[in-house]
Formats: sequence, structure tokens, C-alpha cells
Amino acid sequence: MTVAVKIPEDMELIYEYPEAMTTTYTHYCPGCPHGIVHRLVAEVIDELGIREKCIGVAPVGCSVMIYKYLNVDFVEAAHGRAPAMATGLKRTNPDKIVFTYQGDGDIAAIGIAEALHAANRGELISTVFINNAIYGMTGGQMAPTTLPGMVTTSTPFGRDVRLAGYPVPMSELLAQVEGAVYVTRQMATDLVSIRKTKKAIKRAFMVQLAGLGYSSVEVLSSCSTNWNMGPWEALEWVKEKMIPYFPLGTFKMTDEVKALKVK
Amino acid sequence: MAKELLKGNVAFAEAAVRNGLQAYFGYPITPQSEALEHLSGRMLELDRVFLQAESEVAAINMVYGAACSGVRVMTSTSGPGFSLMTEGLSYIAGSEIPAVVINMMRGGPGLGNIQPSQADYFLMVKTAGHGDFHPIVLAPSSVQEIIDMVGLAFELAEKYRTLVYIAGDGAIGQMMESAELPPMQEVRQERPAWATTGAQGREPNLINSLYLGAKALEEVNLRLQKKLAEIKAHEIRWQEYETEDADLLLVAYGTVGRICTSVMREARKQGLKVGLLRPQTLWPFPEERIHELAGQVRGMLVTEMSAGQMLEDVERSAAGKCPVKFYGRMGGVVPMVDEILAEVQKLDEEVSR
Amino acid sequence: MGKGMVVIDVDRCKGCGLCVHVCPVGILALSPDTFNAKGYHPVIVTDMEKCTGCASCATICPDVVFTVYRKKRQPRAVPVPA
Ligand SMILES: Cc1ncc(C[n+]2csc(CCOP(=O)(O)OP(=O)(O)O)c2C)c(N)n1
Ligand code: SF4
Ligand code: SF4
Repeated sequence: MTVAVKIPEDMELIYEYPEAMTTTYTHYCPGCPHGIVHRLVAEVIDELGIREKCIGVAPVGCSVMIYKYLNVDFVEAAHGRAPAMATGLKRTNPDKIVFTYQGDGDIAAIGIAEALHAANRGELISTVFINNAIYGMTGGQMAPTTLPGMVTTSTPFGRDVRLAGYPVPMSELLAQVEGAVYVTRQMATDLVSIRKTKKAIKRAFMVQLAGLGYSSVEVLSSCSTNWNMGPWEALEWVKEKMIPYFPLGTFKMTDEVKALKVK
Repeated sequence: MAKELLKGNVAFAEAAVRNGLQAYFGYPITPQSEALEHLSGRMLELDRVFLQAESEVAAINMVYGAACSGVRVMTSTSGPGFSLMTEGLSYIAGSEIPAVVINMMRGGPGLGNIQPSQADYFLMVKTAGHGDFHPIVLAPSSVQEIIDMVGLAFELAEKYRTLVYIAGDGAIGQMMESAELPPMQEVRQERPAWATTGAQGREPNLINSLYLGAKALEEVNLRLQKKLAEIKAHEIRWQEYETEDADLLLVAYGTVGRICTSVMREARKQGLKVGLLRPQTLWPFPEERIHELAGQVRGMLVTEMSAGQMLEDVERSAAGKCPVKFYGRMGGVVPMVDEILAEVQKLDEEVSR
Repeated sequence: MGKGMVVIDVDRCKGCGLCVHVCPVGILALSPDTFNAKGYHPVIVTDMEKCTGCASCATICPDVVFTVYRKKRQPRAVPVPA
């Protein structure tokens, strides 16, 4: 319900609903950054004017229904297989923009092989993945990114690294391979970081438009529902607890990528 | 086009190229790697898509992605690789998009060996992945037949927007024989309206197998079943040899089906009225015809390179109207004419008693 | 009317409060006693006069609730070059 309001003559529009987003109400929990990052992707698509060229690949995870929210062609992949599907799509649609949107479990556990190999081949696809240190969709079990000592529904005594290993540094791993030309870790917790994340997503898409190689943007994010915190508190927790394990930064940026002018 | 001496694996790969194959994704596995090797050069020469994937899991999901863009796409593998593909196959089936998968079966279970086998019948025909679905399963028995079946596979896959498997075996893949390839076909340029190719001037397309509501998913399943019923009504294929006067029937497919033509000839020389039915589609299965013949003959002998998998379908079809016996070899052993002939004689004695 | 204004799509709001935290002039609050169609206490503007049109709320809102307007810049008088 939007109340019809009269906009005074001397006012100009500063922010409006992105065209690349449908008006469908999302199923996300209140304050979930999935919503923020969806919106950023939509804004980038609008600003680059590529809505009619995009093919998205949805993951399995909380964002499984992203296809309902973005106004572009979409396919739904099996858990972790989005980069392989994106490869099939891009190779047969070389003039289109193909992106995957994934969760940390999707990309760093079950789908780590597909992701690393797609990156290594330098597939001309872009990946945006949400690292919320947990399996959101299935009810808060340990993810490959869960912090040591962190209590989840499958690590009731906290993640014991002797039993379950350490948080997987996905972006650092992706940055190792030659085919990946732009790999960055951002977060979506406050105004500045959200703006930076948007710029990173835009650069990633521009890398693809310029045909430079594989690009990936990791976004540190929260899951207030499964972390048992309020939405704002959860965002503070990201900054305080996650960054020591997942330092922000750009792990790979070739000179050609650097030369792209991202407005 | 003239006949030439062709190896099965190369033949089906080249047949796919000439049928307008636009993309191939695969992972090497014996006994079908020659297909992947052939395509690695051919597809690139022709400016088409070839990619050696990091696993069969990735390969089938690449096939899934390419199939979503509405191109002619295929992969080929053997048992262990097919096991890995079942995840993607189920998604492809759930999304109702066309794709062709060739399995040149080898000995199992486990790593098994690289000898010919038919032990993936259950896997391909019955299970093939989670959920209720059936691929069309074609079963060639010669190099020429696998060439012809590749064209048919694409045609059926696209006609019904369904998965089509070709159930070959190591023998057909490795065998050299004289066969004729189809003429080179133009690659289709246009993409179907349902494909995800970017929503240019139209509403976005979605290719999906997720339906959260039980009712909605049941509807999808009902639609799927309706389509399968239609396939069942129109696409059952088999070949019969000397069944008019037969009072004993051999039932076998693929390489064994071919061996059984010799068995039948030998048996006839000995005065036994033996016929042969060789299913060319394992799904849909020639149930009715086998049921009819069960009313005509005194007994049936099913022969497979397995412990008896198609046997269950033959028994189901015969429905007790005649005795159904089985002879199988496993582990990559190909049954010889003499062995099967001895089983036919045994059957003859048993049913004469 | 102040320098800016926001239009709120009340029924999209999930009452998460993120916008309330980031509004630099502190004019956003969750309505304590009303519910929207989804059953959340939606965001309200307590004093639109103070809105600067900075779009901070729109930047953080996960549910695209805000449309933001700002006063057009008045063309400044340009001194005539001598
Ligand atoms: C093959 C397979 N295994 C397991 C699942 C169940 N499953 C669904 S979502 C999910 C975890 C997703 O976590 P993540 O990728 O971190 O995304 P989030 O939900 O946190 O956004 C799992 C294990 C599945 N759908 N498929
Ligand atoms: S469970 Fe967590 S990740 Fe999933 S929608 Fe809710 S807050 Fe977001
Ligand atoms: S950030 Fe958005 S959803 Fe959350 S309270 Fe503010 S307007 Fe509502």
C-alpha cells in the first residue's frame, strides 16, 4: 500500500524502486541482508542497462527463490552446481550476462569444486555470494564458514576445529587461480559498506561485459534468525566477530580490471 | 553417404555432430572416452561448444545450463560417471528440458572394470535420480543402430522436452564395423520460446524444478505423468525375429540381443522354433507385445549381461502366461552363443515335460 | 517542507529497524501501536520537515520500502565576468 502523495514541484527523485526488481514481497526474515544484496544487484543491472541480457542462476539456500525477485531470465540450479550451470549457459549464450547468486554453504561446501573450476577456466560469469557463517535455509547448521567455537544447531558445543576444520576462506582460494581476475570480499552491514559492495558488484559485472574473466564478490552478511540476535545487533556482530576470520579486501584485481571506470 | 569402417564411440559422437549437436560437456571414462576425444577436435573445428568438465557432476550441470538455453546438447559417460550424474538428471527431468545422455555400460559395482556390461539397467530405466520420472531409454545393438539412435534421441528429446538416454555397452563402443553416417545437418539457429536467453522484449523466463506447495508440485507431477503416458503410447520400439511360428522366445537387448540372433539361427538349425524379441526402447518397454507372445510361446529365455534386471520387466509383461527363465553373465563377461544355446535347449526340455 | 522527503510503501516493511538506526536526523521510528498488512510494526516518519533526502534509509532497507526525493538545487547566481 503506497499512499498517494503529492510530490512538490521543487523536489526531484533521488531513489526509486529498481526496474530489475519485481514487486514481489520477499520471503526473507526481517533485516536479512539477502534483501539488500538483491537490491544492489538489481540497481547494478539497471545502471548498466543489461536487464534484457541477464540470465541469473539461483542457488539452493535461503535465496533459492531469487528468481521471483529479480526481473530477469533465471534458472534454478542444484545445491552448489550454479557455476557449472552458468558455464553451460554462458558458453551457449556468449553475448549474454550470466551470474550466479550463492550462499556460503552452496559455494564453499557442496559446490567448491564447481566454483573453483569455473574460476580457473576463467568462465565469463560473475558470482555474488553471501557469507553468513551458517546454513540459513535448513535451520542454522554449521556452514564451512562457521567461526571456531560458534554454536549452531549442528555444533551444540561450538565448532571444534579439530573435528570440523576451520572456516573456509573462499575468496582467498578463488584468488589463487589464474582465470579469476576480480575477487573481493565486502560486507553489507552499514551505509558505507553497502555502497562499496554495490560498486564491487558493478565492477564484477563490468569485468564480464569486458570479457576479462571470472569475477566474484563475497558479501559478509548476517542471519539474525539463526544467530538468535536482533537484525541490527547481528550486523554489528559481523563487523566484530567475522572480520577477524574474513578480512575485507580485494584479493585479485588484474590491471585490466583496475582500469575499468566504475561510477 | 557411403559405408565406412567406424568404431562405435566415434560413430555416435560424429553422428551427434551431424545431427546438429551444439554443445558437449563430458569427463573421460573408459569405455567411451573416444567419443569425448573425437568431439574435442570436431566441435572446436566447427566453432561449437566442447568442454571437458572437472567431474560428471559438473558435466551434467553444464548440460543442464546449456539445455536451458535451448540448444542441442549431450554428454556421454559410463557407469561410475552415470551414478554421479543422477542428481543433475533429476533436475533436468523436473525442469522438463531436452537433453541426451549416452551411457556405455561397463562392469560394476564400484570401480568394477572396463568390460561390457548391462548392469546399469535398473539405474537408467528404473531409478535414474530422485523423484517420479522416466527418461526415454534407447538400446542399440550395433554401430549402425547407435548412429541412427542419436538422431532419434535428439528428435524425441525435443519433441517431448524430455531426457533421452542411450544405453550402450562397452562392446558397442569399442567395436569397429561398417556403418553409414547421416549427412551433415545445419545447426539450428533459433532458440525455443521457453529458453533462458535474456528477457529481450519479453517477460522473463524461468526454468525451475522447485514448487513449495504440495498441490502445485502434484500438478507438475500429474502433467509429467501425462506426458510419459503419451510417450508410452507412441514411442515403444522393438525388433522381432522369426516370431510368427515361434514356440520359444529369446528376449535380449543391445549386444546380447545381437548375439541372440545367432543363437536363434543355431537353434532353428536344430529344429527348435525359436524367435527373438529385442527391445529398442527399454523405457517405454514393449510390455504388450511380450504379453501377447507369452500367450503364444511355451517359454521365454531372458539373457543379459547382468544378474537379471530387464528380466523383471519381461516377467511383469508375461504376467505368468508362460515360464520365464534367465541366463546372465556378469562382471564384463559376454555370453557366448553356445552357452545361451544350451540354456535354450534346457528351457525346451523343461517346458516339454 | 524541508530539504527532502520519503514515501513509504507501508506494507513492504518488515519492521526490522535497520533504517531507524541509520537515519542521520533520527526521524524514523517503528510505529508502536499500528500493524501493516503483514502484521509488522511498520516504519513511520516522525518529522518529515527534518528529512534531508540523503537516502540512507533506502540504502539499508532490505525490502525496498522507500522512495526518496530531494529539493532541486537552486541555480546559484553566477557573477557576470567583468
Ligand atoms: C544435495 C542437497 N543437499 C542438501 C540440501 C539441503 N540444503 C538446502 S539449503 C542448504 C544450506 C544452504 O546454506 P547456504 O548456502 O549457506 O545459504 P543460506 O541458506 O545460509 O543463505 C542445504 C544443506 C539440498 N537442497 N540439496
Ligand atoms: S534464515 Fe537467515 S539468511 Fe535466511 S532469510 Fe532468515 S535471516 Fe536471512
Ligand atoms: S529497513 Fe525497511 S523493512 Fe526495515 S524497518 Fe526500515 S523500512 Fe521497514
